[in-house]
Amino acid sequence: MESAISIFLEGRNLARLMEGVWITLKISAASVLLSVVFGLLVGLLMISRKPALQAATRFYLEAIRVMPILVLLYMFYYLPDKNWGLHFEAQTVAIGVFTLWGTAEMADLVRGALTSMPAHQRESGRAIGLTEGQVNRYIIIPQAVRRLIPGVINLTTRMIKTTPFIYFISVPELLKVGQQIVEISGMKNNMASFWVYGFIFFLYFLMCYPISCFSAYLEKKWQN
Amino acid sequence: MFLGIETEFIAKALPLYGQAAWRTVWVAACGVALSLIIGLFCSLARYYRIPGLKSLAAAYIELARNTPLMIHLFFLYYGLPRVGLTLDGITCGVIGLAFLGGGYMAEAFRAGLEAVSRAQIESGLSLGLSRRQMVRYVILPQALAVAVPAVAANTIFLMKETSVFSIVAVADLVYVFRDLIKEGHSNENLFLLTIFYLVIILPVSILFNRWERRLRRDGIGH
Repeated sequence: MESAISIFLEGRNLARLMEGVWITLKISAASVLLSVVFGLLVGLLMISRKPALQAATRFYLEAIRVMPILVLLYMFYYLPDKNWGLHFEAQTVAIGVFTLWGTAEMADLVRGALTSMPAHQRESGRAIGLTEGQVNRYIIIPQAVRRLIPGVINLTTRMIKTTPFIYFISVPELLKVGQQIVEISGMKNNMASFWVYGFIFFLYFLMCYPISCFSAYLEKKWQN
Repeated sequence: MFLGIETEFIAKALPLYGQAAWRTVWVAACGVALSLIIGLFCSLARYYRIPGLKSLAAAYIELARNTPLMIHLFFLYYGLPRVGLTLDGITCGVIGLAFLGGGYMAEAFRAGLEAVSRAQIESGLSLGLSRRQMVRYVILPQALAVAVPAVAANTIFLMKETSVFSIVAVADLVYVFRDLIKEGHSNENLFLLTIFYLVIILPVSILFNRWERRLRRDGIGH
């Protein structure tokens, strides 16, 4: 155990791991925020009555869902650079691809929240003389938001758990930093990989578990 | 050349990708099968509130669902040998996928079990069914039918998660891709990578969709 602690106290190891955490959280937060904004728009397009729009958004959703995110990362990492001479920073590629994926998931949540709303909600509102705008403002949107928020929070933990993928395009996220520390400390301390990866496992749990609990709590509270 | 893609390279690399795709399918199938078993076991332990096992299953589910597969793999492959347990890459991959998937499948089955109504169980009991018969003929068939959409989504999710297996030296599609792209041909390699993942995942996705539709049509699970 003492040897384990010494790995983290050595040099800037602990600080570097925290920088890895920061990059992970920063990329997740940026991607979730962008996904929520674009997802709301795409979700509204999904329930439009225009068949072409429905087909296009449906195709987008299915195409994103069938591909591993890692493949999408590689696509946007190599294709623009090779074919159009556009070079993007790895972190930009990461946020772009995560947003592309998150937008699809968010749009599906929005679609689900709106289409599952019973028709009588709107009809009752109209019957008591509310205008269309008032029905949306006071009846539809508040309920849709309650249905959406647990999903958005879940999307956040899914995003955090997806960030290790950017290890493959050489972003210095938590795992990459861990690997570098193991490479150096491992020469002196052969338990380094056990403790460092174990610690990173614990850090991820620490990032995701409270968020998961919050989502479960809200879901329960708003069930009725 | 075809649409800016060098067909010659494609022909040469195709067998390598084909082999890797087969390996990917095989490892994914093992991982998914194990995760179904683990998931079912954990969800039943919680459903029947078996002392000890119940809290163990709950803790495991939270751990599995709140940590990424890549960390599980790094720990299994690089961490465990330090405490005397050395596993090869494919074993790590299957164990990692089963560990992750078990948590997700347990939640899918739990939702299914919770959907079996009180009246169904009371009717079974009043007919004098034993506990085993209840599980076999009343509870599981209904719970599994309700769980199908979530199990389908989890299976697709797990198949996609196998894409990280190259970090534990499993020669899967991404492994071949990373190896070949060192010498260029990024368009061709990306094309092959994409096509092979489609070939693997799309049929599974379509089959599950059909199955779900049939269950819905027959009104099973509602």
